[in-house]
Amino acid sequence: MKREAYKSLRTISHSDPLGPGGPLCAGCGGQLSLRLFHKALGENVIFINAASCSTLLATYPFTPLNSSWIYTAMACAPAGAQGVRDALDILKAKGKLGPEQDRKVVVLTGDGAAQDIGLQSTMAAIYRGLDFYYLCYDNESYGNTGFQTSASTPYGARTATAPITPSSPHGSLHERRDLFEIWRVQKPPYLATISATYPLDLSEKVYRASKFTGPKLFIALSPCPPGWDVDPEWSIEIARLAVQTGIWPLKEAIHGEVSHTYLPRKFAPVENYLKRQGRFRHLFEPSRDDETIAHIQATVDRYWKEANVIGDQLAVAKRSDVGAGPRAGPREGQPQGVAPTSFRETEPLC
Amino acid sequence: MSGRNSLRPPRCHMTRTMLTGNAAAAWGARLAEVDYVPAFPITPQTEIIDTLARWCAEREIPARLVMMDSEHSMLAAAATAAATGVRVFTATSSQGLLYGFEMLYAIAGLRLPLVLVNVARALAHPITLEPDHNDVLAARDTGFLQFHCETSQEVLDSILLAYRLAEHERILLPVIVNLDGFYLSFTREAVDLPQLEEVREFLPSFAPAYPVLSGKESVALGAAVLDASLYSYFKHQMHNAAESALAIYPQIAAEFAERFGRRHEMIESFMLDDADYVFVMTNSFASMGKAEIKRLRNGGKKVGLARLRMIRPFPHEAIQQLLAGRKGVAVIDQNISVGKGGILFSEIASALYGLNDRPAVLLSFIGGLGGRRFRPGEFAGMLAAMETPSATGAEMARPHLLFTGEECREVGRFFDIASNEPASEHPPVGAGFKPALHASEDVKGIP
Repeated sequence: MKREAYKSLRTISHSDPLGPGGPLCAGCGGQLSLRLFHKALGENVIFINAASCSTLLATYPFTPLNSSWIYTAMACAPAGAQGVRDALDILKAKGKLGPEQDRKVVVLTGDGAAQDIGLQSTMAAIYRGLDFYYLCYDNESYGNTGFQTSASTPYGARTATAPITPSSPHGSLHERRDLFEIWRVQKPPYLATISATYPLDLSEKVYRASKFTGPKLFIALSPCPPGWDVDPEWSIEIARLAVQTGIWPLKEAIHGEVSHTYLPRKFAPVENYLKRQGRFRHLFEPSRDDETIAHIQATVDRYWKEANVIGDQLAVAKRSDVGAGPRAGPREGQPQGVAPTSFRETEPLC
Repeated sequence: MSGRNSLRPPRCHMTRTMLTGNAAAAWGARLAEVDYVPAFPITPQTEIIDTLARWCAEREIPARLVMMDSEHSMLAAAATAAATGVRVFTATSSQGLLYGFEMLYAIAGLRLPLVLVNVARALAHPITLEPDHNDVLAARDTGFLQFHCETSQEVLDSILLAYRLAEHERILLPVIVNLDGFYLSFTREAVDLPQLEEVREFLPSFAPAYPVLSGKESVALGAAVLDASLYSYFKHQMHNAAESALAIYPQIAAEFAERFGRRHEMIESFMLDDADYVFVMTNSFASMGKAEIKRLRNGGKKVGLARLRMIRPFPHEAIQQLLAGRKGVAVIDQNISVGKGGILFSEIASALYGLNDRPAVLLSFIGGLGGRRFRPGEFAGMLAAMETPSATGAEMARPHLLFTGEECREVGRFFDIASNEPASEHPPVGAGFKPALHASEDVKGIP
């Protein structure tokens, strides 16, 4: 992906579309994704919200957003977006709304709604070619209700409904469902995975999407400090590790054609990512669960093999090589944060 | 019938045509010049959206119709479009109403003045197609106002009245207009179609009296309310707005009558003036009730019928005025709250409790479930039960389930076929089953 609009961090807007003092958790990956996403979108936005943690952003009488907002229910935010988009078009056709007063219609949802209860209405909106943006902040769980298993929950993770007990020591044993591929079946104009740790990649994708009319869908892997059982200050780093280990591929699909937009120079072993999170602690303590860790690694390896996009680059990620130790992981004692200097994006490969 | 209660020759021009109840609903939406119709098919409602879709495709109307993926999505799109500032119409039935139920509360709570036509159909299980009112009455607590219609004309008129009422700045609540599946949805009746220009004078183009998403100022709608007093306040506001419709509706109905020559009261009175005994009914089955009333009148009985047209807000005072001083009242509920009885019976009983001269006898009958028709003699039986009450107060609070011995035997034949056993001599009645009234027998009192 050749960047056109976002070549350095300075090109990202300094005006913040989200006011301070919101009710979401410290280090919320969803909020970080939303902030960057909204900056790239610009003004004149109407959010249509599905029940999720983000629903608490607008808690009467406060909202941190300058944009308009309507909460619908858990299952039907894309249908709500249909009603808003159609009504805006009707008003434009009647001359009651000037072109300059038009709005971008954006669904904001978590992965529980996106994967499960709201999948039908999402697929229907894509089917109808609805002109809208869709931001799923994926914290791999039903986070707002206390971290229950969702179809995004990764293999081996501990959740409130997949607790670690002597008789079930492995956590959730379902493979996470590939939402990107489900959506891609209908070949929407634009589809991408994003990560708040890679703001240029994220912003450029929003810019690229803006050139298309129709469904423009994004999944942002969004660390959830209380659910993933990590310190809030590690959110950015955990999200980085997800990309560096190959667990969270950054990619886009234009009318169904997939391109990977970022590749680490070397893939780190998945355990670098897993062992930093309390939800995977049982894989390492009290004894190491080699079988599960190997299974997760094999799943990632298989993805990249089947993706077949990098040829030589993938060869760099030989197990003997990455097994040597964490490359992308933080060093002990090194301060971690979200300061711009901590971003270490490499050049895009496509 | 009430739909043709002409006061005087109408001031406006009309075209008389034959329309099914469904087609009349589509015409109501057309004449209201609705902007947006999110849709999803379900029997017996589908003719409404088919008709509107055809008009949209032929550019006969400027509305936009979008096929959604479920009634839940349909009502979500209806809500957000209304919240963006356009006039919205939609329709459903039965299972569809229940499937979208969550969004009924959302629409009403957001105070969005759209109109939803429900074509009544009894609820599964067992799945069936013909009407009763358990679907629409399940929505009685949502915040939707409700009109229940007897004729095709009334369906059309009620949709126009509903928009005026819903969009009133002191109300801002959605309205359900109900008609019975099959009995009315697919029955063709003569309907006077008013001219569009004259409807426009009664119902001007939509100008939302509330902040909308398309406005210059940004708004947050449907914000979470985590304070109990605040939540209570908003709910009280909804209730007060609904109740204010009791005062506002008669003004709107009077204006409608003046313009179009048809008066639609909150409750229709049929042969009530000198009636000692009153049947309370709703919807299309009231036409059958009226025929029975005439028959009983011919037999010298002083009976009448009150047809509840407005179910929400509940017209307490009008009920009191109509039923005070009567000797007996029989409420025929075409619904059943399992384990309690008739829904409207309970509501009417609560309206009458404070009256000094309330009727001495108030009886509850459950009839018309799944479209069951009245059997010969049933009205006479119900009247006899009012005339010679033998029940204690506790018994009077319980419903009587209209079912005849003949039906019992018919059910027995079904059971025999289903069980593949020879015809039994006895009806296959379950424990505690007791037919309330046997039409073939001369009912003297409450069995």
